[in-house]
Amino acid sequence: MANVAKRQFDAVIVGAGGAGMRAALQLSEAGLKTAVLSKVFPTRSHTVAAQGGISASLGNVQEDKWEWHMYDTVKGSDWLGDQDAIEFMCKTAPEAVIELEHFGMPFDRVESGRIYQRPFGGHTANFGEKPVQRACAAADRTGHALLHTLYQRNVRANTQFFVEWMALDLIRDADGDVVGVTALEMETGEVYVLHAKAVLFATGGAGRIYAASTNAFINTGDGLGMCARAGIPLEDMEFWQFHPTGVAGAGVLITEGVRGEGGILLNGNGERFMERYAPTLKDLAPRDFVSRCMALEVLEGRGAGKNKDHVLLKLDHLGPEVINHRLPSIREIAIKFAGVDPIKEPIPVIPTTHYQMGGIPTNYLGEVMVPKGDNPEVRVNGFYAAGECACASVHGANRLGTNSLLDLVVFGKSAGDSMIDFIKRERPVHKPLPENAADYSLSRIARLENQTGGEEVNDVRSAMQKTIQLRAGVFRNSENMALGVKEIAEVAERAKRTQIKDKSKVWNTARIEALELDNLIEAAVATMIAADARKESRGAHSHDDFQKRDDDNWMKHSLFFNHDRHLDYKPVHTKPLTVDYIPPKERTF
Amino acid sequence: MKMQFKIYRYNPDVDAKPYMQDCEVELEPTDKKLLDALVRLKVVDDTLSFRRSCREGVCGSDAMNINGKNGLACVTDVAGLKQPVEIRPLPGLPVIRDLIVDMTQFFKQYNSIKPYVINDTPPPSHERLQSPKDREELDGLYECILCACCSTSCPSFWWNPDKFVGPAGLLAAYRFIADTRDTATNERLDNLEDPYRLFRCHSIMNCVDVCPKHLNPTKAIGKIKELMVKRIA
Ligand SMILES: Cc1cc2nc3c(=O)[nH]c(=O)nc-3n(C[C@H](O)[C@H](O)[C@H](O)COP(=O)(O)OP(=O)(O)OC[C@H]3O[C@@H](n4cnc5c(N)ncnc54)[C@H](O)[C@@H]3O)c2cc1C
Ligand code: SF4
Ligand code: SF4
Ligand code: FES
Repeated sequence: MANVAKRQFDAVIVGAGGAGMRAALQLSEAGLKTAVLSKVFPTRSHTVAAQGGISASLGNVQEDKWEWHMYDTVKGSDWLGDQDAIEFMCKTAPEAVIELEHFGMPFDRVESGRIYQRPFGGHTANFGEKPVQRACAAADRTGHALLHTLYQRNVRANTQFFVEWMALDLIRDADGDVVGVTALEMETGEVYVLHAKAVLFATGGAGRIYAASTNAFINTGDGLGMCARAGIPLEDMEFWQFHPTGVAGAGVLITEGVRGEGGILLNGNGERFMERYAPTLKDLAPRDFVSRCMALEVLEGRGAGKNKDHVLLKLDHLGPEVINHRLPSIREIAIKFAGVDPIKEPIPVIPTTHYQMGGIPTNYLGEVMVPKGDNPEVRVNGFYAAGECACASVHGANRLGTNSLLDLVVFGKSAGDSMIDFIKRERPVHKPLPENAADYSLSRIARLENQTGGEEVNDVRSAMQKTIQLRAGVFRNSENMALGVKEIAEVAERAKRTQIKDKSKVWNTARIEALELDNLIEAAVATMIAADARKESRGAHSHDDFQKRDDDNWMKHSLFFNHDRHLDYKPVHTKPLTVDYIPPKERTF
Repeated sequence: MKMQFKIYRYNPDVDAKPYMQDCEVELEPTDKKLLDALVRLKVVDDTLSFRRSCREGVCGSDAMNINGKNGLACVTDVAGLKQPVEIRPLPGLPVIRDLIVDMTQFFKQYNSIKPYVINDTPPPSHERLQSPKDREELDGLYECILCACCSTSCPSFWWNPDKFVGPAGLLAAYRFIADTRDTATNERLDNLEDPYRLFRCHSIMNCVDVCPKHLNPTKAIGKIKELMVKRIA
């Protein structure tokens, strides 16, 4: 097929959010020739929208220990998290956050001059005893502060960014090793082959498979789609976090930090209902739990508003001082998207899809691990993943708030280190590209160019979002999910025949959206099939027909294979690196 | 509700030159922001090109000129916009296609001020300490989302985009000067001391007027000028 331009790098990083840029820094500073691709200018990546904080047991306000952080994370994950990875993350957290401060991140401060920390959902002292202030914050703009700081640091390190380049497909050779990616330069519409010794995916989440989501338009799960098409399985895709406080109707997020600062949830009767469900942690119980309680209040007729379809987040009692100083963006969002000033009135909120716990299977070194023969975890040579697109798995069945920003910097760095090591020791020279490495991507684009009598991208995407919203929501049941599996398969068929009117080369956003839809569909199918198969309730997967967690049969990670849409399973890592295993318990708050 | 638009269109693949296109779109009750309307327009005509991502005013993607004023489509209410709503790309930057401009020059200026904390003393094992009061000095500076609404409304930037740093870059310059952890104030002032880089700002305040984050680049520029003067004295 056509002659495609090729470029060579030591490393290619796909994604310039928090995870991609932390890894990039590691590689650039090590002097490796690194290309960082992003669909948007780096500071426009969705990490910029993170609000509440990044966790680390610094103990700046109250006594804290990384072992407590680890315990909370394991419990938060409903025992689906891998305990080696969780130990690694929680133990590394203080040093990772201090490093961000040294990079120049503008954290808020306490009187001693150290970083300000606020309470957050599921963060406790002494193994669940009482809430603790662990979330390190820059007002309610922590993600913005973090992302801009990492970008700035990369400017200093002279990192080479390929801005508005979209990776299309992963290139694997006959051994299954990864040797590069194909990518589309949006401005020219040209396709390139980027040949690399090591490739990192840091492409963020696929929240846009749902109709209502706190995620940006660009969160289309491209890394997942590229993996699925290249034969890499997707792990734990049934687990999606519903954040308790999305603005009703708009989907825009209101950080849990509001409740950390003392905000409370009220039902339509003005009752602080979380006291009933979680006597110790109340409004600061973990997200899966709070979201279910809210949904129950609404289902049982105690919702607020004219249609009784949401609940209220009250914070006026914090006073203008705290709101303006600690939560200024929240006030702005409430005014702009809910039409209320939280200094005076409560904000209407509903549980909203927020975060993808599953993703590309990796270990805590950022290496992508797939089953081979009897071994459930064999490294894919030359391939790494970090951030929301990856599944390390530290979040298991439910992520604790502020653990994602932490995940980005901890695993972004460890993946960067692993890549440096791999390039130095195992792949000092490039492994050859397979013949016609770009053919597959080119054929996808050619299909779009030549499609006639096809379907509108927008129609197929809406159908997908509607299905997932309806069939893989906060509460799930067998009948509904079985329907979902059938419906999403139909939508996936339609997606093969999408058609665009715009055929021009320069900045063709119609083409980009069609290519993104291919990725969304992979994530949606994986979600629906993995959800339907899991016959228990665990973390964010709440199954009406199997309401209990079933550790004997289901304490295992799912792996979805795209080629024949089958599922496989692998054990949870129960052996931490140095401390004792934290055995499963019932989760109460 | 029907809404009338006049939109700047230019596709270098097919158009000899740019033109204004009249169009109309039927809005749903949930389409509250201008971005919602543009997304709906795009469903009808998929060739309409613009950038967007977060849809909540924090990523800086969808800056454009709306009825003569720069702003973010995603936080602009459609209700209350004078019709036909006239939408153009940000002024003063080369147009790539429709509402998409080439921002290279804008980011070049941003990078030119060395937008990172410079401090060559070895960092302590804990934080570099900073009092809450010192930290407050960064408020109104660090929140910039690099949308370019300000710089592309600044006449001085239009005339000299290659020489004048522009309001966004200068705001960032002051953000690092104001940071007690940064030790390079002198070097930063040197970097700005020429007839163009800083001094092309004539305090016209267009920048303040359009900033969607309510930041005040003019004030920051004033502070840098003050420091310059102090240094000479
Ligand atoms: C509103 C909101 C608030 C949040 N608040 C918090 C919080 O307070 N604390 C916390 O810990 N977590 C929070 N989270 C979660 C957290 O912010 C995200 O999980 C995290 O930022 C994801 O980072 P990332 O680096 O993995 O991906 P992203 O930041 O999403 O970046 C993905 C990158 O990949 C690029 N990309 C994607 N596909 C391609 C492709 N095909 N080709 C090239 N580039 C591509 C994009 O351009 C982008 O640069 C929040 C999430 C949301 C939505
Ligand atoms: S105040 Fe200065 S920077 Fe701002 S618009 Fe006027 S000339 Fe430009
Ligand atoms: S100062 Fe304001 S207008 Fe200028 S780039 Fe920053 S956020 Fe945009
Ligand atoms: S889409 Fe992000 S600022 Fe408008």
